[in-house]
Amino acid sequence: MTEVELAGQVVELVRRLGGPAAQAEAVVTRADLALTRFANSGIHQNVSESTVGVRLRVHVDGRTAAGGGSVVTADGLSALVERTLAAARLCPPDPGWPGLAPPMPMPDAPPVDEATAHAEPDQRADRVGAFVAAAGGLSTAGYCRTAHRSSAFANSAGHSAYGRSVEAAMDGIARRDGADGVARRSADRLSDLDGAELGAQAAAKAQAAADPVELPPGHYEVVFEPAAVADLLQNLSFYGFNGKRYAERQSFAVPGAAQFDRAVTVVDDPLGGSGLPFDAEGTGRRALTLVEAGTTRAVAHDRRTAAEAGAESTGHAVAGGATWGPMPRNLRLAGAAAGPVSAAGRSTTGAAAGAVVDADTAALVAGVRRGLLVTDLWYTRVLDPKSLVVTGLTRNGVWLIEDGTVVRAVRDLRFTESYPRALGPGAVLGLGARAVRQPERVDGAWWAAPSLRLASWHFTGGASG
Amino acid sequence: MTEFDAATAAVQAALDAGARYADARVMHRRYESMTARNGDVEELTQDESIGLGVRALVGASWGFHAVPDLSDAAARDAGRRATRTAMASARVPGPPVDLVPVEAVTASWASGCQIDPLGVPLSAKGDLLVDATRTMAEHGADLAEGLYQIWDTAKWFVSSEGHRIDQRIRECGGGISATSIGDGETQRRSWPSYRGQYGTTGWELVESLDLAAHAAQIAEESRALLTAPPCPAGETDLILGGEQLALQIHESVGHAIELDRILGWEAAFAGTSWLDLAQLGSLRYGSELMNITIDPTIPGALGSFGFDDEGSPAVKRDAVRDGRWVGVLAGRDSAAMASLDYGGSVRADGWARLPMVRMTNVGLEPGPHTLEEIIAATDDGVLMDLNRSWSIDDKRLNFQFGCEVGWEIKKGRRGRMLRNPTYTGIGPLFWRSMDMLSGETVSWGTPNCGKGQPGQVGHTGHPAAPARFRNVRVGVSA
Repeated sequence: MTEVELAGQVVELVRRLGGPAAQAEAVVTRADLALTRFANSGIHQNVSESTVGVRLRVHVDGRTAAGGGSVVTADGLSALVERTLAAARLCPPDPGWPGLAPPMPMPDAPPVDEATAHAEPDQRADRVGAFVAAAGGLSTAGYCRTAHRSSAFANSAGHSAYGRSVEAAMDGIARRDGADGVARRSADRLSDLDGAELGAQAAAKAQAAADPVELPPGHYEVVFEPAAVADLLQNLSFYGFNGKRYAERQSFAVPGAAQFDRAVTVVDDPLGGSGLPFDAEGTGRRALTLVEAGTTRAVAHDRRTAAEAGAESTGHAVAGGATWGPMPRNLRLAGAAAGPVSAAGRSTTGAAAGAVVDADTAALVAGVRRGLLVTDLWYTRVLDPKSLVVTGLTRNGVWLIEDGTVVRAVRDLRFTESYPRALGPGAVLGLGARAVRQPERVDGAWWAAPSLRLASWHFTGGASG
Repeated sequence: MTEFDAATAAVQAALDAGARYADARVMHRRYESMTARNGDVEELTQDESIGLGVRALVGASWGFHAVPDLSDAAARDAGRRATRTAMASARVPGPPVDLVPVEAVTASWASGCQIDPLGVPLSAKGDLLVDATRTMAEHGADLAEGLYQIWDTAKWFVSSEGHRIDQRIRECGGGISATSIGDGETQRRSWPSYRGQYGTTGWELVESLDLAAHAAQIAEESRALLTAPPCPAGETDLILGGEQLALQIHESVGHAIELDRILGWEAAFAGTSWLDLAQLGSLRYGSELMNITIDPTIPGALGSFGFDDEGSPAVKRDAVRDGRWVGVLAGRDSAAMASLDYGGSVRADGWARLPMVRMTNVGLEPGPHTLEEIIAATDDGVLMDLNRSWSIDDKRLNFQFGCEVGWEIKKGRRGRMLRNPTYTGIGPLFWRSMDMLSGETVSWGTPNCGKGQPGQVGHTGHPAAPARFRNVRVGVSA
């Protein structure tokens, strides 16, 4: 039975067992996910799964419950429906129920690369092999993964939708004497991932990260590479552009206010890469401008938060969204309109050669009198959600910049910083032209960003204390 | 087909396809959670999932495949695919793989449970959260949240060495939080901790938390925190409550002693460890008050089980004894690689995930003091409790924690409430500065430990009691 047939069958079962007034929405997803993981330059974990999942939400007699399962036999689906209906009837009332999505046209999603959808473990292993070989004898670790999802939606309001998505991602480090360099990409096609290119990039950065010195804490100008910028986007999204947190007054976002530097434009673009054309409630997904030239324009909504705010759903419903809220997961920070031309590696010198791996970053570094080049951020946690003060550490390479040149490696630093403040008016001194797509921990989410130069970042301690 | 039949078929198919070792786990998990906000139920979710995951070892290479289908054909196909994946791994080989021996047993085990949590009427569970959150809202909380979670997991494990083990593990817990929103910041107080306390136990745990009785107080404290003075910046003596110390143990000891991290298997993601196996048995981790055990046998604690997901029986071991590092969390293959003779700490978070090294119950043995004695013995310091934020580097050395609430300690007395308390330090230096430890131990449950790629969420337990640490840097802010 297809995903479309299964979703329709679940909705029909709800009508039959719950009565004509019962409202239901069902999502059925088949997934083929595989991840080849390597460490100490050998593949040590190599996994795949072929799964099917059904998610059901019902609203009956003013009460709501959700259920899920992996058993798609007739008996399994009946049990799921009976269980979820029974749960709803025993629940306290749900006064915030926003109703079901009406039938609506679905946007055109990007085509699916069949080779990626049906990738074999040998193909992932070969990319890992190329990464390892390109690292020139340095110890390496990371993963190559592929994902394929086929998903159908149906509800009792007569709305249905179907879509597929694929993703390929590679993330790896090269290691030299405790110093790590990283290279990371997310793509719509496995063939777009070049293990050798990524391995060479990671190795160059690891070589340049050797013999780091300790710097005192304080406020530094910084150039963030795309991997580090991805962390800014993720936290801004989950805590700021989240319609539930906005409704709860826990978000910094003030639509219409100039909260960011004029250089900042952020768009959630779920169909900018391979993605499903609908969300968990069946609402069509589309690009949503969150920040335009420094002015906050919107937050993401599902049907529940939209109803609370007197707005429309923006297509950001997720399973569990009533608790966590609708979160954009495909953010793109727009790059500079015309990137300055500079040769990769030109902004490094001596032992730090290789720290800069692309022209965008080189151009930004060239403008810094004294500051830090930061590759990646790690273990970032929110101290206060409203001001979005975050603590975390640098990782996978930090270098001191003096007079426009990367001069030497620096030991990791801890920071405590308000992300909106660091990106605020006047705080962004430069952007690269080219956004590089970074993978998230699960397929379907990604963060695309160019390198970014900020006037100040508050480092509160060295890694040694 | 029984669950054992499916697992056996998968193992046999893997062997027939060329594996030299294989194991398979069938897992059937029922999950239920409810959240409430400001007196209304916000979300009720019930999930049921069953499937099979099979692991195959070919030469020095592993493969794993999982399917949600227990038919004979699907199980055999999963075994073959796991073996084929292991063969692909051999294209980029690692070092030789051995497994430390473990007795192949036929056994059953079940966690203790007085009140079946899934048997408690939903209406009663909902009323508990609704009433508590309504009380918090009435007492000034802008955002009053309540939560419970229940996992009921049955597992069937078969290995090519002859294991045949079934287990049933019931876990549950819950908690409430009150958030007050001020001008540009929020303040939160929780009971008994943010997102709750959890254990391998029945609903009696949630009943024992008496959520409703604490609702008014935490709401009022969250509002009071908005106008409390900020935690001063500087170095001072720090007293940590047991809940925060549990997370300190989790982050700066539990993860650091995971053998897969020490061996570099997590280098690209979760990270490595500052610990060097050459120093096992001699390294001074902390003060002599520091005695950390790895103990999956503690009744009711969240990291307890009868057998891990490789068929190793639950055994209590020392990790740190009198301040010296003496033990690790290991699996059969990582232990063999490190020339150790024990595994026993490998688990997966579902049938579709590869078992990996995981904390069980990693906690502090009780000390000789009480919290009141520690406060009375402190001339100038800060008491902090209930975790609010946590961050630690990829070697598990440099940490910064934020707590929900702090109290000034002056001349042996608890004084003003302090807002936004944070502290930071370096793991071994911090633990060496511990000079007083309470005996008021609670086994705190952490149901959200992230690790691995693809990501897995682990359930871990951490016996902990209040303790004092000297000359700690506090009050870090943006």
